[in-house]
Amino acid sequence: MAAHSGEIRYLTPPTVDVKKKKYCRFKKSGIKYIDYKDPEFLKKFLNEQGKILPRRLTGTSLKYQRKVAQAVKRARHLALLPYVTDMMK
Amino acid sequence: MLNHYEAVFILTPVLSDAQMKEAVEKFKTVITDNGGAITNEENWGMRKLAYPIQKKSTGFYSLLQFDAEPTVIATLETQFRRDERVLRFLSFRLDKYAFEYAEKRKNVKSQPKEVKEEEKVAKKELKEEKED
Repeated sequence: MAAHSGEIRYLTPPTVDVKKKKYCRFKKSGIKYIDYKDPEFLKKFLNEQGKILPRRLTGTSLKYQRKVAQAVKRARHLALLPYVTDMMK
Repeated sequence: MLNHYEAVFILTPVLSDAQMKEAVEKFKTVITDNGGAITNEENWGMRKLAYPIQKKSTGFYSLLQFDAEPTVIATLETQFRRDERVLRFLSFRLDKYAFEYAEKRKNVKSQPKEVKEEEKVAKKELKEEKED
């Protein structure tokens, strides 16, 4: 009994997956301005309901997240992107 | 102090081609009469709207890029609001990076035919390869 107390035993071995480091795609590729006229590109930052994805999922830096939000809102105003939808992708 | 501005507006789809051109001309003269200078003009044509506006599902999009005094924007926006043909409008000042982007876009647009033809050729080649 005493021999087992030192280590934790699992029924299934815990999967230690190597986390891929997220990066800001704008910083990496040197994009300075995010165009609101290109809804196809902006869709990368939206979920299926047309909501803006959080930074923790996309990895965008704060500076560019603000610009993404601005561009998405402009596109929505001009009916290039929907305000509310379902199954966008 | 002159600023760079960009204005996009959506016109109702019920207009004829001539009426649409006339409407665009009207807003261009509003800018030029107030001492602005138009640097770029784009006509995106009839596009489907992502959601209906005034019960219409399509609209004519046009874009104007211009250099003007900040006071021009107020007059331009009143004109947009008064005009029943305009479904939506958006005007804003271009910052440093946006201006660079707009200039690049303008230069690309000035020779679009060649690019398109190249693309077409490339697509054709791809198709032929698939058929083989």
